[in-house]
Amino acid sequence: MSISRRRFLGWMGAAGAGFAAAGRAHAGAPPRGAGNPDALGVLFDVTRCIGCRKCEEACNRVNELPPPERPFHDLAVLEKRRRTDARTYTVVNRYTGIEGARGPVYRKVQCNHCLEPACASACFVRAFTKNADGSVTYDESVCVGCRYCMIACPFEIPTYEYDKAFTPRVMKCTFCHPRLVQGLLPGCVEACPAEALTFGRRRDLLRVARARMAQSPGRYIDHIYGEFEMGGTAWLTISGVPFRAIGMREDLGTTPAPELTKGALGVVPVVAAMWPVLLTGIYAINRRRDRIAREEREAAVAAALARAEDEAKKKLAEALAKADKDKKAAIEREVKKALEEAARARAEASAPAAPEGGGETKPA
Amino acid sequence: MPFPKVTLERPRWTPFNIVAAIIVVVGLAITGIRFTQGLAATTRLSDYNPWGLWIGFDLLVGVALAAGGYVTSAACYLFGLKRFHTAVRPAILTGFLGYALVVLALHYDVGRPWRLPYPFLVQQGTTSLLFEVAACVALYLTVLFIEWTPAALEWLGLKRARNLVVRLTLVLTIFGVVLSTLHQSSLGALFLIAPSKLHPLWYSPYLALFFFVSSIVAGLSMVIFEGALAHRYFHHKMDEAHRREADGVALGFAKAASWVLAGYFVLKVVGVAQADAWRHLASGYGAWFLVEVIGFVLLPCFFFAVGAREKNLKIVRFTAAWAVLGIVINRFNVGLIAFNYHLPAEERYFPHWMEIGISLFIVTIGILAYKFIVSHMPILYAHPDYEPH
Repeated sequence: MSISRRRFLGWMGAAGAGFAAAGRAHAGAPPRGAGNPDALGVLFDVTRCIGCRKCEEACNRVNELPPPERPFHDLAVLEKRRRTDARTYTVVNRYTGIEGARGPVYRKVQCNHCLEPACASACFVRAFTKNADGSVTYDESVCVGCRYCMIACPFEIPTYEYDKAFTPRVMKCTFCHPRLVQGLLPGCVEACPAEALTFGRRRDLLRVARARMAQSPGRYIDHIYGEFEMGGTAWLTISGVPFRAIGMREDLGTTPAPELTKGALGVVPVVAAMWPVLLTGIYAINRRRDRIAREEREAAVAAALARAEDEAKKKLAEALAKADKDKKAAIEREVKKALEEAARARAEASAPAAPEGGGETKPA
Repeated sequence: MPFPKVTLERPRWTPFNIVAAIIVVVGLAITGIRFTQGLAATTRLSDYNPWGLWIGFDLLVGVALAAGGYVTSAACYLFGLKRFHTAVRPAILTGFLGYALVVLALHYDVGRPWRLPYPFLVQQGTTSLLFEVAACVALYLTVLFIEWTPAALEWLGLKRARNLVVRLTLVLTIFGVVLSTLHQSSLGALFLIAPSKLHPLWYSPYLALFFFVSSIVAGLSMVIFEGALAHRYFHHKMDEAHRREADGVALGFAKAASWVLAGYFVLKVVGVAQADAWRHLASGYGAWFLVEVIGFVLLPCFFFAVGAREKNLKIVRFTAAWAVLGIVINRFNVGLIAFNYHLPAEERYFPHWMEIGISLFIVTIGILAYKFIVSHMPILYAHPDYEPH
């Protein structure tokens, strides 16, 4: 077969038909709760993190990212709140003055590798892939650079190389997918000296997290962040302080990103199918109304003409009749006149010659 | 028939020409910087704010304000409002120019503009609403181009080609309305995926409907607004039919806009109710939301109605400009102002002057192209050699 099904579906989508759209709303991510049961994850235990930035250093090294402005052992950078950027896949932030916490609390930020990634759902060239190992990776070879993934990501993780004129890329943590494939640990996990990062199968990590909570009552908030957030993430976080106090949003909800756009995408084929019918119908109704109006007008004109003609005929007939009568009357008058004249002439002729003046004294 | 000769008059240094020349020169310079130094050199885009003025204005506002094409052609050819016939060509022209400029602006905004055909040719991300927007905009630009060609073909004297295209009018109109419905709404639906970033007063599952309905308002208002401008500056180009129908178009569109705005207002209220966002009305964002919904939806709705009822063209034209501004505010709110509302002030976006420069540059190109086409092609008058369609 010369065209693949995928390409064919793509064309259908491109043609505005969008048949492909509704059915593929989950592309790039397994359905909620299902997917690969052996998918991997990392459990980040906030209570163990000491803010040493060794994970940042390892991440920078294994991903061959550009050297940082200030060295990784310089902990003064923790004074400022930082985020991931085009040269940094992961950062650790320090939070101080949190109620109920003894001393500062550190939190590591990196891609959470959603079970149903918003970035993958939003990408219009499918540059993001949810891999079987749980990682979400990016393919720069197709990326147009629209940055819709950055709009879509609820964790504000993807970043962009704005300073590159010709080959800007979206940059984000890969879960060290290339290392996982080789059987190696993610760089940050391997480097963590405090065992704040635990690597394993996601379903096992959920058990580990609950076990820690059970073992140390009061140490943790009773919530595993990432178990259900945005449909669940491969990376999980447990903490001794409220998550919002360490910059983690608690209002994200449990709806996976693709669900949010499912309705809008589902409407597409409906509009594509029904709008032409509806619009052609409206056009046809209007044309029919025009036609009937024209026919009625024509009929009315014809009727008016017929009526006018009838009236004209009647008038003509009347006129003719009248003329006839007039003519008859005129003839009668003339005949009468002629008869009278004839009678008079006869009378004059038969009477004896009267004196000349006799006629004048007797006017007619 | 020989092709028409384009006689270029010596440019006169009118204030308009001087300002346009400056904007074009500066725009070309910024273009040079953008495509050699990258986005960082010309924009204030950041990792928190990946979309700025070139999306908020050039794409969201541009597409909405170019809605006059589908609205007018649908009114005339599908809904049988034939008295609006002379308004179709100018509306198609501005729609076509609008979409062409939207696509031009996207070349500035995306990181690798030469890959813009990738979503169609290389790999289709059909789960993305942006894919739908891209596909519909590309197709609709083509439709608008074809719809516009009769004017150009009449100008060029290509009678047979022109008559062939004219026969497609109905199909193109229907196709245009379908595509417009889809992408106007999808521009709103783009933000459905980010409920945590868009302020709850603006985020709504009805976003797609909001964008579609308000695009009708934008289209109607822009036709009135552009008509008023055309009357001021191109009166001599208009034929008898155009001048006779123009007031009727403005009044008829004002009446329609008033009704659609009324529906849109109710929808916006339903949106707040659905999200149960009433409590947010008492905040600063709430005040701004009320300014938008009352000051730029409800009031224009009322004044359109008054203008149409009193047959007062002054009110109608003023209200059209007002409603257009309302659409601009709405798109800015969704794309820029109420987006990332949760971020601290120092992380919020404000455009670089070069971003504003490019947006002005693109609008100016549009006006210059409109001027050229209206001056040379039968847009505001019917070509004497051809039957109107």
